[in-house]
Amino acid sequence: MLKIEHLTKIFGKGTINEMTALNDVNFHGSAGDFITIIGSNGAGKSTLMNCIAGVFPAESGTITLDGIDITKMPEHKRAKYIGRVFQDPMKGTAFDMTIEENLSIAYNKIRKRGLQAGISKADRELFQEKLSLLGMGLEDRMKEKVRLLSGGQRQALTLFMAVIAKPKLLLLDEHTAALDPSAARKVLEQTDYFAKDEKLCTMMITHNMKAALEHGNRTILMQGGQIKMDIRGREREEMTVEKLIEKFEIDNDRMLL
Amino acid sequence: MLIVTLLEALELGLIYSILALGVFLSFRTLNTPDLTVDGSIVTGAAISAVVCTAAADLDPAVQGVVCILGLVLSFLFGMGAGAITALLNTKLKIQPLLAGILVMLGIYSINLRIQGKANINLSSRKTIYSMMDDAMGGFRWSAIVLGVLIAAVVIILMYGFLKTRLGFALRATGDNEDMVRAAGISSDRMKLLGLSVSNGLVGLAGGMLAQYQGYSDVGMGTGMVVIGLASVIIGEVLFGTRSLMQRLIAVALGAVVYRMVIGVALYLGMPPTDLKLVSAVIVTIALAMGMLGENFSLWKKKSRGGDKNA
Repeated sequence: MLKIEHLTKIFGKGTINEMTALNDVNFHGSAGDFITIIGSNGAGKSTLMNCIAGVFPAESGTITLDGIDITKMPEHKRAKYIGRVFQDPMKGTAFDMTIEENLSIAYNKIRKRGLQAGISKADRELFQEKLSLLGMGLEDRMKEKVRLLSGGQRQALTLFMAVIAKPKLLLLDEHTAALDPSAARKVLEQTDYFAKDEKLCTMMITHNMKAALEHGNRTILMQGGQIKMDIRGREREEMTVEKLIEKFEIDNDRMLL
Repeated sequence: MLIVTLLEALELGLIYSILALGVFLSFRTLNTPDLTVDGSIVTGAAISAVVCTAAADLDPAVQGVVCILGLVLSFLFGMGAGAITALLNTKLKIQPLLAGILVMLGIYSINLRIQGKANINLSSRKTIYSMMDDAMGGFRWSAIVLGVLIAAVVIILMYGFLKTRLGFALRATGDNEDMVRAAGISSDRMKLLGLSVSNGLVGLAGGMLAQYQGYSDVGMGTGMVVIGLASVIIGEVLFGTRSLMQRLIAVALGAVVYRMVIGVALYLGMPPTDLKLVSAVIVTIALAMGMLGENFSLWKKKSRGGDKNA
């Protein structure tokens, strides 16, 4: 599904601020995988995701998604195969448009965008039905502007928008970090639900090591722009937060929360 | 008489409402103040004036059609100006404000070339306004009827467009570019589309203005973007933004109100030479009102005490 080979990203190349954010990263993700990614600040987690999503180009290496080489594809083109949720709840939606208009934008990602009606009756029924799965009552507020939603509701909506067009890859960059504990729990539950899709490969960055081991089927740890640990199955079941800290001398208090 | 002053302001205001709707597209939908407007409105006026002048040599039966064709060309040339600004911004990464200034500067020479001279007089020529006047048997306010018709058509077309899939993508671009790219939309292409259509409408307004006032002058564009911005803000503050349709109508009415304020000020004896200063002051007040807008509506909400729709 997702194949990353020798991926390197250097910021400010040739300047005194030169920084190697990703150093020869090799990684393989399969369909149905739900991979949690941990690592302290500056480890290269977000850079990895941004390289996969095409926010900025990589220095060298290749990224292949489902057999298609997307290394040089512009961000908006590869977005057809990739769903994304950002850390900032403001970043995932158009705040001055209604819930159903936002859903339509996400839903039509893989369809032609011409002068068709923005939302057809069938679309509206589908959105309503699917929104009720979130269990937040949003299905009755489809004509309200997104600016009226709380952070948790927005993040749930963004998550839903990220998967509505059936992407191959779902990238979650600390998508619950800005939420209060109960909203974060709810969005994580929804993440588990959507990640169950066997055709989808999900990658989730989190600073919460406990959540990283509880959710998904695979955990990778990044340090200094490289993948230092990649565990799954039994090894992962036996792994605890304490062991991780001992093994990797993690000194970031935030990760213990 | 004051009523005559107001009706004349309405005639002119309806033309400026097309300008305001164009500025609305760039300023609100794309979230970029676009200075191309000062140039593209003259381009529209110049094209329209040249076409109407050329029509005078043709069979009277087709003159009317040619005048309308002139407006279509005004729209298309305006679009061209907007497209250049958008390309400077997206391809060469020039800041939107600066890109607009560059096009506004350069287009002055192009407008002069189109006209061939500094101004064109259309006073005895056939125009859409003289045609409407004839069609209505010399009705004194036929220009208002025509203005309302054109504004209504433009509003309906814009509303329809902004409710399509493409329209959604355009509106989201001004709201949140990151989200738009994540949704598989090229934000560059949306800016190209938005600025083109926006300046197309501005060009159309210029074309109408030339035919209405009976002349086109290369210097007539100065301050037009300010009038457009003022109209958008005044309209939104006075008439509300609850639904998209309401918002479009509000913007169009904002232009009418703006012209009426200016008209009354002139009627009360303000020297026309002070016009630009007064325009700038009105826009400053309008922008400040926009800033205070949220407090203003909050205050309204409070005073109505729990009314659901307040």
